[in-house]
Amino acid sequence: MNYFSEAWTWLTDPLTWTGADALAARLTEHLLYTLLVIVVSALIAIPLGWWVGHTGRGRNAVVVLSGAARAIPSLGLVTLLALWMGLGLPAPIITLVVLAIPPLLAGAYSGIDAVPREVTDAARAQGMSEWQILMKVEVPLSLGLLMGGVRSAALQVVSTVMLAAYVGAGGLGRPLFLGLKTQDYAMMLGASILTVGLALVLDVVLSGIQRIVRPRGTAAL
Amino acid sequence: MTWILNNLPLLWQRLLEHLTLAAPAIVLSLLLAIPLGWIAYRYRLSRWLLVTLTGLLYAIPSLPLFVVLPLILGTGIRDSINVVAALTLYGLALMVRSVSDALAAVPAVVVDAAQAQGFGAWRRFWQVELPLAIPALTAGLRVVTVSTVSLVTVSGVLGLPSLGLLFTDGFQRGIPEEILAGMVLTVVLALVLDALVALLGRALTPWRRAVKA
Repeated sequence: MNYFSEAWTWLTDPLTWTGADALAARLTEHLLYTLLVIVVSALIAIPLGWWVGHTGRGRNAVVVLSGAARAIPSLGLVTLLALWMGLGLPAPIITLVVLAIPPLLAGAYSGIDAVPREVTDAARAQGMSEWQILMKVEVPLSLGLLMGGVRSAALQVVSTVMLAAYVGAGGLGRPLFLGLKTQDYAMMLGASILTVGLALVLDVVLSGIQRIVRPRGTAAL
Repeated sequence: MTWILNNLPLLWQRLLEHLTLAAPAIVLSLLLAIPLGWIAYRYRLSRWLLVTLTGLLYAIPSLPLFVVLPLILGTGIRDSINVVAALTLYGLALMVRSVSDALAAVPAVVVDAAQAQGFGAWRRFWQVELPLAIPALTAGLRVVTVSTVSLVTVSGVLGLPSLGLLFTDGFQRGIPEEILAGMVLTVVLALVLDALVALLGRALTPWRRAVKA
């Protein structure tokens, strides 16, 4: 309990937030890395997932890929890339994109795949083009499942950004590793508590969005 | 390649250490998920509570959990118990839901038939409901197995011995072969354990093969 109060003192000390190695900057970095990774991986994974879902091509590849990616240890990938590319941001960003693509791909693909065949056939019978079917029927109906993918990708990324600091980038991992090195348990714990809080807030916000994006009057897929 | 050939005993040792962290967590999450999942399936309020709680658990980042948990458990940050406990919690996050969904998917007709034959609640659970839930449980446990084996490596940054230590050591000493060997071994271990769980699930449900044939 003693450690908790020390961590709390550290977290609520204004100097922690505004000093030379300000926590506010670390928190901003953490959020920016997360956002950058999600945007980059979404640009790759979502169009690909929609294409797979709409055409039904490469379905098995997507399933196998998202299963296999779970086995790849992020710490191994980030340290290997950092040895190769040097310290700093590129290695963790690439690692995180590799980590975030499978859940996004699965969300995009499974959403389209879950739209009933009768619905797309009805749209086709009305004379909609394939592009219109995708954009006006399948995508709106699949937004809930897509957001589920975004949510699990974002949670994994927020968690794994911690490792960026291990290879010399910023984020909330910095105070954690600094605390580990200097035996400053209050700092380690404070940084950990802040990250847990951040992840929980993100989870609640994203699950709220997941509920909102479903078009009115439609059932959950 | 030379580094790998010269350090085979070290790789083997790290692999075994990895297994002693991952295996207890996988087994424990299954064993604890069965009663918890049953409670979640049986009582509506507890279902909401357990599914929400374990869902939040899943959102908690692993490295911070490794740091916070010792204070709650009274263990040291480099204790292996600490890592096993954290990994068990992650396993539970998935398995409690898996168990409760699997039990809910057992056809009501089958449960009624068992009851009509004079099965009490206890025997019905162990001899009818749980066996029928095995395929869904196996699917959940396979996901838990693969992600647990991969997550163990994160504890390497705290200095705990596992395949993760090959990453931190290889990084600090600049030996890419060491990291690569660690990655390959992690993936292979995950795939082997995954296959074992799948085989076990098949062996425990002989009636499924009988139906197919």
